[in-house]
Amino acid sequence: MMNLTLLILIPLLTAVLILLAKGLQQIRVIGLTGAFAQLGLTGWLLKSFLAERAAGNNATYLFESNQTWFKALNINYHIGIDGIALAMILLTSVIVVAGILVSWSMDKLSKEYFFLLVLLSMGAYGFFISLDLFTLFFFLEVAVIPKFLLIGIWGSGDRTKSAMKLALMLMAGSALVMVGLFGIYYNIQSFDIVQITQQGIPVGVQKFFFPFAFLGFGVFAALFPFHTWVPDGHASAPTAASMFLAGISMKLGGYGCLRIAALMPDAAHTYSWIIILLATIAIIYGAFATMMQTDLKYINAYSSISHCGFVILGIGMMNKTSINGAVIQMVSHGLMTALFFAAIGMIYSRTHTRIVAQLGGLLKAMPFISTVFVIAGLCSLGLPGFSGFVAEMTVFMGSWQNPDGAYRLATVLSGASIVVTAVYILRATGRAIMGPISAEHALLADASWNEKLAAVLLIAGILLIGLAPFLINHLIMPSTDAIMVQMSKVIVAK
Amino acid sequence: MNYTILLHLRQELMLAALIFLLLFIKLGKERSNESILNFINIGLLVNLGAGFCCHETGELFNGMFNTNTIIVFEKNLLNLAALIISMQSYAWLKNNDNMIEFYLLTFTSLLGMFFMISSGNLLMFYLGLEMSTIPLAAAANFDLTKRKSSEAAMKLILSSAFSSGILLLGISFLYGTTGTLNFSIITAHINGNPLQLFAFILLVTGFAFKISAVPFHLWTADVYEGSPVAVTSFLSVISKAAVLFTLVNILYKVFTPLAHTWYLILVVLAAATILIGNLFALRQDNFKRFLAFSSIAQVGFILIGISSSSQAGTASLIYFVLIYIFSNLAAFGVVSVVSALTGKEKISDFKGFYKTNPMLSWVLTIALFSLAGVPPTAGFFGKLFLMMAGAAKGNYGIIIFAALNMVISFYYYLSVVKAIFMDENPHPIQKIAVPTVSKIAMYLCVIGIIATGLLSMVYDYIHSISFGL
Repeated sequence: MMNLTLLILIPLLTAVLILLAKGLQQIRVIGLTGAFAQLGLTGWLLKSFLAERAAGNNATYLFESNQTWFKALNINYHIGIDGIALAMILLTSVIVVAGILVSWSMDKLSKEYFFLLVLLSMGAYGFFISLDLFTLFFFLEVAVIPKFLLIGIWGSGDRTKSAMKLALMLMAGSALVMVGLFGIYYNIQSFDIVQITQQGIPVGVQKFFFPFAFLGFGVFAALFPFHTWVPDGHASAPTAASMFLAGISMKLGGYGCLRIAALMPDAAHTYSWIIILLATIAIIYGAFATMMQTDLKYINAYSSISHCGFVILGIGMMNKTSINGAVIQMVSHGLMTALFFAAIGMIYSRTHTRIVAQLGGLLKAMPFISTVFVIAGLCSLGLPGFSGFVAEMTVFMGSWQNPDGAYRLATVLSGASIVVTAVYILRATGRAIMGPISAEHALLADASWNEKLAAVLLIAGILLIGLAPFLINHLIMPSTDAIMVQMSKVIVAK
Repeated sequence: MNYTILLHLRQELMLAALIFLLLFIKLGKERSNESILNFINIGLLVNLGAGFCCHETGELFNGMFNTNTIIVFEKNLLNLAALIISMQSYAWLKNNDNMIEFYLLTFTSLLGMFFMISSGNLLMFYLGLEMSTIPLAAAANFDLTKRKSSEAAMKLILSSAFSSGILLLGISFLYGTTGTLNFSIITAHINGNPLQLFAFILLVTGFAFKISAVPFHLWTADVYEGSPVAVTSFLSVISKAAVLFTLVNILYKVFTPLAHTWYLILVVLAAATILIGNLFALRQDNFKRFLAFSSIAQVGFILIGISSSSQAGTASLIYFVLIYIFSNLAAFGVVSVVSALTGKEKISDFKGFYKTNPMLSWVLTIALFSLAGVPPTAGFFGKLFLMMAGAAKGNYGIIIFAALNMVISFYYYLSVVKAIFMDENPHPIQKIAVPTVSKIAMYLCVIGIIATGLLSMVYDYIHSISFGL
């Protein structure tokens, strides 16, 4: 039997040890050890999860544990995971290891830096294991403030403004989430996801509070028109923080949206056309906005808006395949953007520029980094064999199952955005990686061991999903089935 | 001899004894400020401990003075705050010739608050209120050499006198229509006739003045800015908390028949208070003014909790006050030390503060996060529970309004954090040697900020002793 609280305790212990450590060497070794310990733990968690499933345990949530927290208010520390949460946890632990590896030589206030990174990851783990909406909300907010400090202190460019913008928009998002959760609480008298699912929320309540909760999480997931924190925040953040932001933090939003849609299926069904409309706009707008960018980080940030649009699109279509696709897209996008940001960070730390026009021929000087960059790019444009293809294809297949004409149109338009993606990815790759190299860049060194390890880890994840999609499908399928049961209750009732 | 008097009045008697002792010390032979300060702090600690020894319900003087578990607990909170303030002011008072007078004034005020909280009669209530206000006006003038300090005292005494006048008018109307000053008898005679409603509104206005709810807040910022930091923290934490406790007592127990009326009044007051407090806090550069407006906004949130008229309402109020004591005093503690040793009180002076004073920076940052309501600090739980209590009424408009205002408040709290950590400053405040006593007080606050939230038994205990309508 697993104790999921370990997932919070290990980062907490790591954070405390980092505070006690002296010197960069000690700090980063502790950070990395903690991250690897966590990765090992999640690996073991995966193994026991699959073993339980194989043994015929068909409960929606495994490894459940329910402890009273605030008794008077019926707030419980209720934790447990299903396949979707486990996929997110795995994603988080991989990105944390990679993030710490690429921050290996962070020498400015290194103690605070690693402490905040670990704190952020703790918030994410807590969020994914929570089955109580209060605990979920608590961890959601725990993950916000580290981002503010990480960007504001270690960022580049207009860092304080970006940090402020990001923190305020995310806080506004969580304020909306809070209103939505209160609405649920005062009609069900409980924050417990399992209990709420069993009891069902009255339709009137759903229709009033669904927009708050969904849009609130939507802010985190860069839902149009609440995406404006993404480009500035990602561009200003230091490399590891960008990776965490895109790879973990935006997933908090997508995961939250999915849970809210499952808890309030009537409202989700009523409003699904708005969700799909916003998602389609995000996909197309994100893709076209990326075309205009000259800074590599902005390119990746805007393309993230587009890619996260697919997550929302998949949720909005509300069928089994599309939701499966949304989950795979979350994992895939997390790995891919983290890889992309890592590559950009490596390039930037050597060339001190991220402007595409000032780069060129990097393949000659840094073959490894360039290869990583190209792989991230190909995954982003959805080349078969990489995870991006599997994820987006599944979302499209799911969307197409929706016979409604307008929904078909949204699917077609979103699909067309892939062409735009190909344009900007190939253009950026061509300019930065191929062609002649400038004299000053020709002498730069290739990736160091820590950067290589980080990249290999992320690429392994991308290839695993890309080449063997049945593995992740096998993991998340029972959970999407459970979500579909919740959602179909309404669809049948109509 | 009847010992129940001693038992029921133990906190008041000990405080009075301390006041008299200080008088004798003042008259007696000269002693070093340090030894007196240590003596006072120990006295406050003993007083705090005395509060926890036994709890029972009782009344004295024909129902003039009530005591029960929750009242004793409220007094303990005030004692705790007084102890922390006293410890934090160590650096400031150490070299102050009039140190004993400071304590005489603040302790007398505290004693008045104790009587006010325990009052079971409008006369006793008014007596306690005045006893708590007038010494504070004198204390606000404690920086004898500063013009601003006497300006603050003048503004405080004038606005207090004005609000007391309004309060007295309300009390006399109430007496006229009910024929009694005794709380328990008043309730039976309240039927909601126009004169009673008018009296009630006057009474609430008087309270609103004391807790600086908008639109009766205008004195706050100037008084906070002019007074010495110790007095400002006393005003913003202890004095406000005492009046809020009394307000809840009176609303929930005396004006029960008018529950719907005061619900509407409180919601309107809360909305105005949160919004105005936030908007003005955005533009402040003086730290004390900034904290003044932020504390106005906090009172708005408290009013939302009180408006719920439920057990959860009282509990969340007391819980929030406890958290507010820790968070606000941690912030004031840092400002107090910096101000006592460098004279700097502006937020812009704190730019680059982290480079020179990492420990103080973290204390201040954690305090500000708690005031803003960011987890894992206790402020998150405090604010959330207040709003949950308010939401139980089903009035989601005010909750949505408050939630959006929380975002505005994040902006100004984060701006200070930004100044501390992110802004460049060629001449940051130099390294500050914090006296050990103040340091202990700060650590106490930080531990309080972290533990009060995460450890649920604190809230559960408060909830178990609370009362609703």
